[in-house]
Amino acid sequence: MAQTTFEEISASDFFYRNRDIAGFTSPSRAIFAAARELVENSLDAAESLKIPPDIYVRLSYEGEASKEAQIYRLRVEDNGIGVPPRHIPSAFGQVLFGSKYKLKQQRGTFGLGGKMAILYGQITTHQPACIFSSVGVGKIYMYKLMIDIQRNRPLILDRKVLINKEQWRGTIVEFCLEGDYFRAMPKILEYFKQTAMMNPYANLTFVDPKGRFYRFTRITKEMPEPPKETKPHPYGVDVELLQRLVQITPYKNMLEFLRRHFHRVGEVTAQKFLIFSGLITASCPEHGALSPDYINWVEGRPTCSRCGKEAKLSSSKNPKRLSHEEIVRLMHMLKRFKEFLPPDASCLSPLGEDLLKAGTMKELKPEFVAVHQRKPATYAGHPFIIEGGIAYGGEIPKQGKFLIYRFANRIPLLYDEASDVSVKVVDSMNWRRYKITPDMPIAILVHVCSTKIPYKTVGKEFIADRPEVRREIANGLREVARQLQHFLTRREHVDRERKRLSVFSKYLPKIAQFSTELAGKEKLPDIEKLLKSVRKFGAEET
Amino acid sequence: MQKKHKSSIIERKKEVLSGLENLGAKIYNQLDSGYFPSVEMPSRSTENIHYDPQLRQFILGDRRVRRSARNIRHVKPFTQLTWTAEFSHELTSQRKTSTLRDVYYSAQAYEMTFKDQQESNNIVTDLETVLGLSREDFNIFPEERSAVFGDLTIEYTVPGYEGRTMNLTSHPDGVLIGPALTSSEFVKTTADKVIAIEKGGLFTRFIEENVHKKFNALLVLTAGQAPRATRHFIRRLNGELNLPVYIFTDGDPWGMHIAMVIISGSANAAHLRELNTPDAKWSGVWATDIVNYKLPTDPLDEVDMKRLSELQRDPRYKDPLWQREIKTFVKIRKKAEQEAFSRYGLTYIVDEYLPAKLEETK
Repeated sequence: MAQTTFEEISASDFFYRNRDIAGFTSPSRAIFAAARELVENSLDAAESLKIPPDIYVRLSYEGEASKEAQIYRLRVEDNGIGVPPRHIPSAFGQVLFGSKYKLKQQRGTFGLGGKMAILYGQITTHQPACIFSSVGVGKIYMYKLMIDIQRNRPLILDRKVLINKEQWRGTIVEFCLEGDYFRAMPKILEYFKQTAMMNPYANLTFVDPKGRFYRFTRITKEMPEPPKETKPHPYGVDVELLQRLVQITPYKNMLEFLRRHFHRVGEVTAQKFLIFSGLITASCPEHGALSPDYINWVEGRPTCSRCGKEAKLSSSKNPKRLSHEEIVRLMHMLKRFKEFLPPDASCLSPLGEDLLKAGTMKELKPEFVAVHQRKPATYAGHPFIIEGGIAYGGEIPKQGKFLIYRFANRIPLLYDEASDVSVKVVDSMNWRRYKITPDMPIAILVHVCSTKIPYKTVGKEFIADRPEVRREIANGLREVARQLQHFLTRREHVDRERKRLSVFSKYLPKIAQFSTELAGKEKLPDIEKLLKSVRKFGAEET
Repeated sequence: MQKKHKSSIIERKKEVLSGLENLGAKIYNQLDSGYFPSVEMPSRSTENIHYDPQLRQFILGDRRVRRSARNIRHVKPFTQLTWTAEFSHELTSQRKTSTLRDVYYSAQAYEMTFKDQQESNNIVTDLETVLGLSREDFNIFPEERSAVFGDLTIEYTVPGYEGRTMNLTSHPDGVLIGPALTSSEFVKTTADKVIAIEKGGLFTRFIEENVHKKFNALLVLTAGQAPRATRHFIRRLNGELNLPVYIFTDGDPWGMHIAMVIISGSANAAHLRELNTPDAKWSGVWATDIVNYKLPTDPLDEVDMKRLSELQRDPRYKDPLWQREIKTFVKIRKKAEQEAFSRYGLTYIVDEYLPAKLEETK
């Protein structure tokens, strides 16, 4: 008789077995994903200190692994915040350990990418990773470590403490992995270019295995406002989250519970919600219990709509006493209540129109750029902001279709373009309305920032088609398309005027010359006045 | 005969020069007083071309068009027009001649290249319309191909030949009707009629057979559709020397129309006068001649038949004789060339047909 065995596996083990869900599907995808994850961690590390990132990436060839794959050494250095020494082993040697499980916009969100890269390196080359880090004061700490996959624990092989004379701050990660650089090269270079575009305040340096040197220099030290950490919005909560909050809350009544743990919930909103959901009742000294329809809110106080007297509110339950059923019901009521304010965007950090424009100018060198930042919006309780851009002419190639650049939380998305919501929006837009056709040299940029990007996969390659997101992208692109149309119309007009003027200034003097000869006159007629009037005449025609 | 006003050619040149100079002055003055120069001329669009039964030719109606240098689309043609006027003035005053092709190339020296020959031809026609003169008047000639033979003494007015005279019998191939001839004065003639012939072969035969002597005639070769210079020349022979004109063409709709254009002019030249000879006669080959003389024939094809039905509706063909001939063509569906008479011997046409027809169409 066959026996079924049950065993628990660790998080490391899980990702070891399912590494393709994180983007490590092939040697070329793996080397791209590894470089990308580390660069993104580095960018986050610098930005959290509000210092313009300086990132150095080097890939060097170590030897042949198989026919399709080689072994490379990847080294990424940054000038970021650094990792405190006691956290280094776990931060780099334990999957799902990290600093990113917070509600604010960040590039990484799973605390997975960097470790996944190291894990992948370890399982393909059996070599330890080497980490140097310093927070700027004190020493530099060096760890040589591997991941104990079955236990999801770091295995420290070596540890050194170095003197930090120059007060260096930052992190260096170096490890070996299997990959196929030459197939990945176009994507990697494109990744750096687009990252430079989205982070115009960063210096990026990349040295490839052939020793070729690529440098993307910052053009500004201006950086976008960093995101603030935020509380969950009532529309976005689930039962699990409510239960956790109930367990940890120090507050003894529902009013305080709602006010303190949720985003955009004030006293009045909390009261209204509690009445709406029946968790408390309001009663009028004359008319007794009041249903929500009979309450007038006057300067934030509930009053009876019939007599105008202030209503009395019953006291609410202690959240700790909520039964499981009540918690489920609370979640449903939270979602149904219409009067919560939408989440604000302080937890988001869009690039901003000026930086987006500067980055686009820097990397694409177009003739014209229009950018637009939409107002914050939400989907399923998660705030998001769309930034759209359109670039025209200059060094942008004409290729019969629009170039589309997609970004999510300032990360370029390079794979699975066809499935992305932005592409769907671009394809379904009526560009002819804006006198724009795909045979023009045009690049379209879409940047989605959110505390939770609606990715379809863990590999973070494309954004799902959420109606709210789709609508915002469409509105953003319409705005920049209008601006481009305006630019094109204006330029066309200027061209036409210039041509017109040149026709007159070419022919009028000739007419003057020929007619002078024909009439047998000595002196040419004065045509300056006419030429001037052509200019004026032209201006009137606009 | 008497020498007719000797100065007619000189007078005409003066008229042409002053017409061009006035145009120049008009443009100059408009420019000088700060206006965009413009010229007005009759419209040459089809709707504005009418047949005038009194003049017996096509004329332009009352619709006029204005070419203004203010209009972006007109400024280049306007410049070309002014240049062409200046170019013509130079030609005329220096008594040089030129061709349409020349005009096309000469413009290139002034950075206002014509797009193609057609564009430059149109501008020349514009200038004709503005001035009411034909391009030959301002010394722009088409290629020459028609000729004249017979006892007419002319006196040249072209530079280097002024005052020299020549008798048009002096060369047995005939004399080319070119700029030198068309600008000549007529001095004297013994001829009492003009015979215009469509084809070179017959023209040579007539000279060989001494038609000019036997019939006391000047022979003109039109070489197909007569060029405008030739039409004007025939008109002068008719008008200045009082000679009746008889036209011999092939017996088909196309030959018939060659005669008609000499008599009543063409729609293309509706803006011009004095190119037609209204009293000239079409003497043959008629459709009825084909029947009466039992000439060898070819069948009329579809294109011929279509042309006949066009001509039938043409106001120039209202006269009963023309209508009768068109109907006969349609009935017999046959055509005959002038050479068809050779079936009766080479001299038959001169000995029998010609005298009979001259008498018939007198």
